Amino acid sequence: MVKEKKGVRLEHISKIYQDPKTGKDFYAVKDTSLNIEPGSFVTLLGPSGCGKTTTLRMIAGFESPDEGEIYLGEEPINELTPNKRDTAMVFQSYALLPHYNIFDNVAYGLKLRKLDTATIQEKVTNILKLVGLEGMEGRMTNQLSGGQQQRVALARALVLEPGVLLFDEPLSNLDAKLRVSMRTEIRRIQQEAGITAIYVTHDQSEAMAISDKIIIMDKGVVAQMGTPQEIYYHPNSEFVADFIGEANFLKGKVLDKNGKVDVYGNEVILKELGDKSVGDECTLVLRPEAAVVADDGQLPCEVTLSCFMGSYQNYHVKVGDSIVKITDFNPKNKKIYEVGDHAFVKFENESIHVI
Amino acid sequence: MAKKSQSQSLDRKKFFADPIMVTTIVLLIVFLTLFILYPLAILLVDSVVSEGGGISLDVFKRIFAMSNFRRAITNTLKVGFLVGIASSLIGLLFAYVEEYVQLKTKFMSGLFKVISMLPVVSPPFVLSLSMIMLFGKAGIITRHLLHIYDNNVYGFWGIAIVQTLTFFPVCYMMLKGLLKNIDPSLEEAARDMGASRSKVFTTVTLPLILPGLGNAFLVTFIESIADFANPMIIGGSYDTLATSIYLQITGAYDKEGASAMAVVLLAITLMMFIVQKYYLEAKSTATLTGKASRQRMLITDKSVTRPLTIICSLFAIFVIAMYICVPFGAMFKTWGYDFSLTFKWFGLVFSRYKGFKAFKDSFVLSLIASPITALFSMIISYLVVKRNFKSKGFIEAVSMLAMAVPGTVLGVGFIRGFSAGVFRTGFLQSLYGTGALLVIVFIVRSLPTGTRSGISALRQIDKSIEESAYDMGADSFKVFTTVTLPLIKDSFLSGLVTTFVRSITAISAIILLVTPKYLLITVQINEFAEKGSYGLACAFATILIIITYSAVLLMNTFIKYFGTSRQIKEN
Repeated sequence: MVKEKKGVRLEHISKIYQDPKTGKDFYAVKDTSLNIEPGSFVTLLGPSGCGKTTTLRMIAGFESPDEGEIYLGEEPINELTPNKRDTAMVFQSYALLPHYNIFDNVAYGLKLRKLDTATIQEKVTNILKLVGLEGMEGRMTNQLSGGQQQRVALARALVLEPGVLLFDEPLSNLDAKLRVSMRTEIRRIQQEAGITAIYVTHDQSEAMAISDKIIIMDKGVVAQMGTPQEIYYHPNSEFVADFIGEANFLKGKVLDKNGKVDVYGNEVILKELGDKSVGDECTLVLRPEAAVVADDGQLPCEVTLSCFMGSYQNYHVKVGDSIVKITDFNPKNKKIYEVGDHAFVKFENESIHVI
Repeated sequence: MAKKSQSQSLDRKKFFADPIMVTTIVLLIVFLTLFILYPLAILLVDSVVSEGGGISLDVFKRIFAMSNFRRAITNTLKVGFLVGIASSLIGLLFAYVEEYVQLKTKFMSGLFKVISMLPVVSPPFVLSLSMIMLFGKAGIITRHLLHIYDNNVYGFWGIAIVQTLTFFPVCYMMLKGLLKNIDPSLEEAARDMGASRSKVFTTVTLPLILPGLGNAFLVTFIESIADFANPMIIGGSYDTLATSIYLQITGAYDKEGASAMAVVLLAITLMMFIVQKYYLEAKSTATLTGKASRQRMLITDKSVTRPLTIICSLFAIFVIAMYICVPFGAMFKTWGYDFSLTFKWFGLVFSRYKGFKAFKDSFVLSLIASPITALFSMIISYLVVKRNFKSKGFIEAVSMLAMAVPGTVLGVGFIRGFSAGVFRTGFLQSLYGTGALLVIVFIVRSLPTGTRSGISALRQIDKSIEESAYDMGADSFKVFTTVTLPLIKDSFLSGLVTTFVRSITAISAIILLVTPKYLLITVQINEFAEKGSYGLACAFATILIIITYSAVLLMNTFIKYFGTSRQIKEN
């Protein structure tokens, strides 16, 4: 149904804003280059103020970059106004036109393109079916639930068959359960339509569930780009490791090139050392679910918190002078350690990633 | 740090890619400059540039040497001060009673509604007429009830009382809005900690609305010193700045002197306006950002409600009675002497005094001005709230500046600015004396109110709604006509009617500019009131009130059935 899948390319894009309090200029986005493949679903993920929404709005045309050029397909689009760009955006607040009913909302862009009535009728009907809103054409927007409004916003963008679909935190106004079902829905529709999508969110689980690729942004620059697995298992910085999922950081020093590392006076053998060489200081990233508390293991520890959470036992243990969080799943038939107990942190050597 | 030049040049390119918007902005700037800034600038230039071309303060020296003028300044400030204080206090009383006291009867809430409608529908000088008819030498109350035969209503007290009665509803409406926004839990918390009701009022409620009260004071102050019609009718020999300027032009034919006086008046109102707009207005809303979380527990204690409601109703009834006095004045044979009912005044209005022409002229000119003003103010609000461009600040400031300009000042400015063409070059001279110029004056006079209501309506609307339309392919013109305008339809409609009512009841600027070609109702009323033909003045005023009231009624019905905002607000 899409005319042509288009990729998006950002070349050395910067955006400067003025701090309203100090009056000083700062980079909201700094020297960012991205290449987004046609037909892929890419998420811009990061904490608030990291520049993800600014990047999206520059692609849509609402903001103009201070440096660099944006390409849609092969076409440079810097000078185009939003209404001339082949992009369609789904807004955080849905931004449905409150004085129109559902049909007119979805048909709005088609009417502007001067399509004939029969075509508009057909396209709107098809798209409403795709998002599961058939038969609701005549309703006003305030007669819909949040999830339904979200679907209208999506249908309204999809029906224009844009080269790229842009999402600006579209699910943040929905309740937790609906968020989960809607994100699956968005993914399904995107794949069915075979459309390029760029999705902004600060919710890491949403990003994981929905994306082909995740771009993590921090303070205006891209921290890491990769598939969800790459980012989760091979974060390239403490920031990324901490932002996506939970992570423990242990300070270590490489002892030899076979993977022997000193961690608080204990020798641990690791599978890979990344780019670290003998004698280097390094940080070991250990996911809480990748370790258990046991009577034997690699690192001696003292339990400082032990809390039953139903599906898992939540531990905080002290290793050297840092606290390590451990989630031990399915604790029913396992030994439970109490606060003050001395034990060991046990993990598989492959589960540790060194940065 | 890189320069922002690329984004600026891109923004500029995007801006110029939208020719309709660029044209609109250019036209707006031309209009605002030519009809608001230029007439004011020419006043200043005229009063400091002497015949030979040198700059001198001679004209100012001359007018300040006139004892009449110096007295007019003190008079104006004295009246303004008293009226400002009295109006805001009475307004506060009414607002408090409405928001905090249980008003049981329909009658009471009806009274309050009428009071809030009065400033919208009534011609500004109606109260002066009834004041004279009730309390003057031949006044019903003074002469016939109290048998006082030489009561003098003219002068300071006459103006002060009439202006207070005219302007307090404005304060009432402003303060009501503020009191409504006070979160009741603040006061409940104070009560809970042991404060008495009066303590709560003085330590919580009052401090919260103090900036708002100051705001109301200044707004009334400005209105009072800018008011022309009331001092004209009831001032007698007590001259204010507005009337002095008028007399300087029409009586002494001293245009330079009048210009300099106008500059003085403008300087005073402008100063007040700047304090009000940029200091108090921001402050008065800043303290009350919290939305009332739930309904306030109204005071039901009879020892409080009884005296308050009685005072308010008596006052309200008194004010309403003064308005009702006008149609009766038009129907009594001779006011004060012969109370038999007659339609002779209405008859005379239409037979001898060209009533039809007066109503037609006023009606048609106002009718032309209102859609233009309403559309202009919606466009300005859209540009100010939703768009970003360089001259935006200029457009906003100038259209708001018009609010601080007294009608008399604008009138003198137009005379000086256009009677010999723009900068005395003859350019646009043909405009002078035409109906078009009167329409332009109407537009300038109503633009600020319309813009203000448009801006506040648009601020309620999420920016992304327009962005989404833009994103789907609409250009600025399409966004404005298919999204913005439908969403602020109510504001547009009320701008339409407000302009119509304000224009048809306007007098201050118009009286200086109107030519014999046009007969305007308000000018007629003023003329007959000056001559002491109260029957005729009342007959004109009665018909005027009927017209304005019907217009407002029509608008309210229209908004009720076709308005969009209600349904959007429910969302």
